[in-house]
Amino acid sequence: MATKLIPTPGQTVGPFFALGLDRPEWADMTRGNPAGERIVIEGEVRDGDGAPVPDAIIELWQANAAGRYNSPADDQADKPLEPNFIGFGRASTDGQGRFKVTTVKPGPVPGRGNALQAPHINVAFFARGLLKQLFTRIYFADEAGNAGDPLLTSIDDEAVRNTLVARRGEGGAYRFDFILQGKNETAFLDL
Amino acid sequence: MAEPPAYARHRAGAQPPYLYPDYASTVKRAPRRGPIRFEHTLSEITAPSFSSGWAGPAATDLTKQHKGEPLGERIIVTGRILDEDGRPIPNTLVELWQCNAAGRYHHPVDQHDAPLDPNFTGAGQAITDGEGRYRFVTIKPGAYPWRNAPNAWRPAHLHFGVFGGGFVTRLITQMYFPGDPLLQYDPIYRSTADEAARVRLIAEYDPNLSEAEWALGYSFDMVLRGREATPFEAKADGH
Repeated sequence: MATKLIPTPGQTVGPFFALGLDRPEWADMTRGNPAGERIVIEGEVRDGDGAPVPDAIIELWQANAAGRYNSPADDQADKPLEPNFIGFGRASTDGQGRFKVTTVKPGPVPGRGNALQAPHINVAFFARGLLKQLFTRIYFADEAGNAGDPLLTSIDDEAVRNTLVARRGEGGAYRFDFILQGKNETAFLDL
Repeated sequence: MAEPPAYARHRAGAQPPYLYPDYASTVKRAPRRGPIRFEHTLSEITAPSFSSGWAGPAATDLTKQHKGEPLGERIIVTGRILDEDGRPIPNTLVELWQCNAAGRYHHPVDQHDAPLDPNFTGAGQAITDGEGRYRFVTIKPGAYPWRNAPNAWRPAHLHFGVFGGGFVTRLITQMYFPGDPLLQYDPIYRSTADEAARVRLIAEYDPNLSEAEWALGYSFDMVLRGREATPFEAKADGH
């Protein structure tokens, strides 16, 4: 067998990533006018002292409303592909550690074997002080499929599980906070 | 549906940890709870394709973004994006950002007492070609001080972001220059325990890439996670 190459290590995005990564328009994933329910997700990022994190960047990757990813690796030919919905978004935190993204609610996507995964958005999270990305997922509190979702049901501790679930606030937007450390620490994933 | 194979896991020590106290900012930002291991699904093995150009036009010559030429040593940085099996990754986005030759970023948070260069912003992007290749022309960034420890200096570096074929292949990293005496003191560079992995972060000077009377050439390949040898359906045992 041929020798494998060793993957390149991650290194922090540092405090100046906006210079290369800031794309404010990517925080609106509905630019191509995709089908589906428009939703807003907003929240805060806090560190182990509860202090806001003003230099974090959140990347989102999701299926369209029908549950298909706009990716060559998704071969679900029975579901419609929307060429104008990329399914990738990016948002940075502001000076108070807040972020906001607009998208459509994703449909359910297949899991392993015969499992079905509840609607979710995949998140890669970067910040100064993180030497590599954190992975997590955003689920939605009003989705019945959560009860059978393979990831959510694998987490026994309800408080930990709930950190992955966005809830609608008074204005109709979903609320999802990233707590990097300590009380109510977000569940992060080893992928 | 036939399920494609999952991506291979990193071997121990080949990536930096989250908590690395020598890099002080990790102390309050590294999660305390271990991450939850989850086997890959369609969500982890899919990623956006950039072939349609939605990410915007290429910007590969950072020395031609203003009226005049930036100050500093002109360099060519080129290489391939590969997976662990050496397979090139075509049509993927490569994003680059860096400070100027004096060690100052074009960013309001950077207050280092070094001059901004009106002819240098320090940001670019490329889409890899059919052989996974990218190429930038820029200037060599300077070293700069940071407040991690008294009299601490970052070695000269370029920041790179690359996507690859899956959500889990996403990589944001830094490229360093060979022979830099600051590397041995830099906790960000040193945070990867495995030396064979760590040295991947150092570009190679390549005289064949240098262009006479004009610019020095550096080669820098970035290697992303490759596919697991066994299709994941075959080893699915529970969830």
